[in-house]
Parts: sequence; structure tokens; C-alpha cells
Amino acid sequence: MPVQDRAGETASAHQPTAPRRRPGRPRRPGRLRRIGLPYLLLLPALLFELLVHLIPMVVGALISFKSLTQLYLAQWQHAPWAGLGNYRIVANFNGSIGQALLHSFVVTCSFTAIAVGLSWLFGCAAAILAQDPFRGRGVLRAIFLTPYALPVYASVITWAFMFQYNNGLVNHVLHDELGITSRPTFWLLGDNSFIALVTVSVWRNWPFAFLVIMAGLQSIPRELYEAAAIDGAGIWQLIRYVTMPSLRSVNQVLVLVLFLWTFNDFTTPYVLFGNAAPQPADVISVHIYQASFLTWNFGEGSAMSVLLLLFLLVVSGGYLLITSPRRDG
Amino acid sequence: MDSPAGKAVKATASRAPMAPPRSFIWTRRIVLSALTIFALLPVYVMVSSSLKPLQDVTGTFRWIPAHITVSPYLQMWQTVPLGRYFVNSLIVCTSAAALSVALATFAAYAVSRYRFRGRRVFTLAVLSTQMFPGILFLLPLFLIFVSIGNATGITLLGSRTGLVITYLTFSLPFSIWLLAGYFDSIPRSLDEAAQVDGCGPLRALLRVMIPAAIPGIVTVAIYAFMTAWSEVLFASVMTDDATRTLAVGLRDYSTQTDIYWNQIMAASIVVSVPVVAGFLLMQRFLVTGLTAGAVK
Repeated sequence: MPVQDRAGETASAHQPTAPRRRPGRPRRPGRLRRIGLPYLLLLPALLFELLVHLIPMVVGALISFKSLTQLYLAQWQHAPWAGLGNYRIVANFNGSIGQALLHSFVVTCSFTAIAVGLSWLFGCAAAILAQDPFRGRGVLRAIFLTPYALPVYASVITWAFMFQYNNGLVNHVLHDELGITSRPTFWLLGDNSFIALVTVSVWRNWPFAFLVIMAGLQSIPRELYEAAAIDGAGIWQLIRYVTMPSLRSVNQVLVLVLFLWTFNDFTTPYVLFGNAAPQPADVISVHIYQASFLTWNFGEGSAMSVLLLLFLLVVSGGYLLITSPRRDG
Repeated sequence: MDSPAGKAVKATASRAPMAPPRSFIWTRRIVLSALTIFALLPVYVMVSSSLKPLQDVTGTFRWIPAHITVSPYLQMWQTVPLGRYFVNSLIVCTSAAALSVALATFAAYAVSRYRFRGRRVFTLAVLSTQMFPGILFLLPLFLIFVSIGNATGITLLGSRTGLVITYLTFSLPFSIWLLAGYFDSIPRSLDEAAQVDGCGPLRALLRVMIPAAIPGIVTVAIYAFMTAWSEVLFASVMTDDATRTLAVGLRDYSTQTDIYWNQIMAASIVVSVPVVAGFLLMQRFLVTGLTAGAVK
């Protein structure tokens, strides 16, 4: 690797090798190498990031203005320009494609709101309740992290099995054992599929909230608790007035990350429902995926993706603006 | 994040000195028990169903298996070509993890030890790609791989190489961020001393920094492996029959005429083993890493 050889001799290099030297300022020998080295070190990582993330984003924006159908897949550069045509179709909420997209968007928003809320609640409750030492706390922590340690598709397939109509655990418990429902329920079809999706998503994500809040709790200074306890606060008041306010900045980031992950989640709905997600659980990532790869109309698919990206940017930016404490307050 | 480090910090972070009231104790018992059941329910179903014969998983669910058999673990390899998927996953994920770690080490060294123009932009840009939906990259990347294939004859679509390239970038941002933090905790005097002794910056990285950062590097490697092992979206589009990975291959069981749920559960356990083992390992290294950093 030439990179290593060059940098390896930097210390012993005495020739002024920097060719593009601005006049008037004295340079030490090997300056270009020293300035160049960090960029050289970043270069490989940067190249791959460019190839897989940045260039595709540009290309994606580009083809959202092209009429890119199956005919042009192999020669996509030659697909005719469509101007705003794709966006008109995709955002026309009276047309069938736009209507389906809007529906999927609404479904995703409500799914995300409920799933993130519950994940945060569970994680927060578990972390705060398990803050003080008690017997078995270490074991509990390990147990709580299991959903996070298993590969998503393996655990989601297990949930799909549990939600089966005939032989699933959920119907067995709710119908056979507890008698809550008068007949077995179809969990993976119809309206209930939304509940199933939320359940699996919460199961998967709350351990992450638990982990983050647990770490956040450790940075709260003991003196805060002691001072409040001397003032006569009981444990519930300590949680309400010391713990929760101290977790503010942790929660700010945590909720944003949970929001983005849940909103963009593809694996959970895809593995849970297979290729055809039921209408009530037709979340946006699966919707775009199906719209793109069933019809191979990448132009419209990209237009949807771009709209999705804009939405996420606006929401994330707005969220950070609103929740960040003002500098001079 | 586990016991030793947790305990050390606990001494300063625990709450009121007096014993908590009954209401708190009972809330704790009830809530934590409920969450334990919630967390472990699928694990129990996975393990118990994988040991049942077929007729016991097609009928009504039973908590306690009536018959116990290991045959699902033997038959699952025949129902779908699980072995091939396994090998594919191993090759793809190991290569992606190794490359990702190498690239992240160099980049993190630059971010940690140099103040250069664009440093903040680089870190932010790389981290923010993590937040975008995968579907956004999928369609264009698909087309780019098609173009590269047309132009150079290198098949990236449907090949393991394409998947390796894609996967290694998924773990790069977090790896760079974590390793840069790790390098920050290694005293500058260490590699400066090496450079005074006549090592170039890169030799200092290889001889001094990397050995000192082994726990961090292992953590990052495991993280990269786990990320790749669980990826479904890109694998579902970029692989064909020969290169299919477990993440997609496991779905083959559901396309059979009879769904062998016991075999699916057995397969789910087997594919989870590398990842769970990695997770446990990572936790141990995280703890030693954190405590080592604290001692310095």
C-alpha cells in the first residue's frame, strides 16, 4: 500500500515537497503530506459512503424527474425526462396512486406515534424502576436486552407464528384460556394487523429505550437526590422532580432516533406480513418498495422517496428546533 | 453497561438512602415482571416449538410440548437450502465486517488525531446518512449497480460483492463515531511518543493505537457483523438464488405448501446463535473497555 510507505517516512522527510505553496508564508517540509494525511485516511471510507449513500441520493433525486419504467431499467440514463410528472401523479390525492400513498402515510404516522410512545414508556419505566440495586437486577437487565440481541427477522417470524389464526399463542391465550374474545382473531389480516405491527415494533424497540435511559440515569448526580430527599421528597417525587427533568436531553435524542427508526422500519412489516401488507398496516417503506418493484416504475418510486425524505428532514429539523433549550434563556 | 461498570457508577448514582415505600416495591415487581414476560415470550415460543413434532405445531398451541423431538433441527436443512444461505451470510457478513473495521479505523484515527477542514461536516454527514430510510438508496443503488455492470462487466447485482459493499457502509458511521471516541480516550502522549521515536503517523496507528484500542475494534467488528446479518431490505433485492442470505432465505419456509413452523423456529434459533453470541461478547468488551478507560 503506497499510503503507508509515504506516511511512514513523513518524520524523516526533509525535502520541501509541497508544490502548491502560497507565497509569503513559510512552510515546513512535508506540510502537504501532513495536511493531506487526514484526508487520505478518510478517503476509503468516504469513497464507499459516496458510492452507496451520497451518489444514490443524487441519482434518486434525478430519476424522480424521469419517466423511468421497466423499459429503461438497463439504460436508465436514457429515460425521457418527465419534469414534475411523477410528483403530480404521486401527490394527486384524487388519483389511486396518490390516495394509496396518503393512506400509507397516515398509517405510518399513527403507527409511529403509538409505537414510539409505548417503547419510550416501557423503556423509561423499566430503567427507572431498576435503577436502585435489588436481587436479580443483573439478570433482569440481560433479559430485557434479549429482544434487541436477536436478529430482527428471526424474532419477527416468531411473532408471525404467535399471531397465527389456528395454532398461534396469542389466540390460544386470549380465546381459549382467558375467553376475552368470543372467537379466534385474524391478527395478520384486516384491522388487527395494525395492532400486531405495533406490538412487534414495541417489543423490538423498547429495550433500546431502556438501554439509553439506563445510561442517562447514571449521569444524574447523587447530590440532587440527596438534596431533594432532605427536603422531604419521597421516591415518587424524586422520580417526578429530579429524575424526569434530568433525563430531558437524553429523551430528546432518544425520541428522535426512535421516531426515525420506527418510521423507516421495513424489516418488521415485511417479515410479518410477507409481500402483501394488509391495508391497515401498509406502512410507507413497504408501500414504496411494493410500488417500485411490482410495477418497476422507479420514477414514481423515487418521487415518493424524495417526498418521504423531505418530510423526515422537516420533522427532524422542526423537532430539534422546538425541543432544544434556547442558548440565552 | 453490565455489572462491574454498572456497580462502580451505581455508588454515585443511586437514589435516596432510605428504603423505598411498599407502593414503589409493588409497582416495581409488577411492571418488571410484566416486561420480563413480554420480552421472553417469543423466545419461549421459539425454543419450545422448535422441539415439537409437526402435528403439535399445526394444532392448537400448547405451552408444554407433549412430545419432544430434535428432528426439526435435522429436517430444516432439507426443506430449504438453509446451509447455502448460512454460508452466504457468513461470507458476506464477515467480509463486510472486516472491511468496515479497517476503513473505520483509518477514518476514526483521522477524526480523533487531526484537526482538518471539513472534519465536522464529514462526521455529521456520515452520521446523518444513518437516519435516512433505506428505501431512498435502494432504487438508485440498484440502477447504479446495473450501470456499473454494463460499463465494466463487474456484476454487483445478485453477487456477494455488491452486498458486501452495501453492508460495510451501513456500519461505517457508527463504527467511526465509536472508534473516534475510543481513540480520544487513549492519551495523545502514547502515539506522540511513538512518533518522536521515529514512527510515522501510520506506523503509530498500527503499532500503538490499534493494540490499545482492541476492545473498541472488536466491538465495532461485532456491531458491523450483526448489522449485516440482520439486513433484509437490500438482501431481498440484490441477491439471487445462489447468493441469497439467511435474512431472506428464511422466508422460503413460508412459501412451502405446508408451513413447518417447528422447522422455522429451529432455523430461527440457529441463525440467532452467531448474533447473540456476538452480542454477549460485545457486552463483555464494552465493559472492559469502559472500565479501562475509567482507570486511565
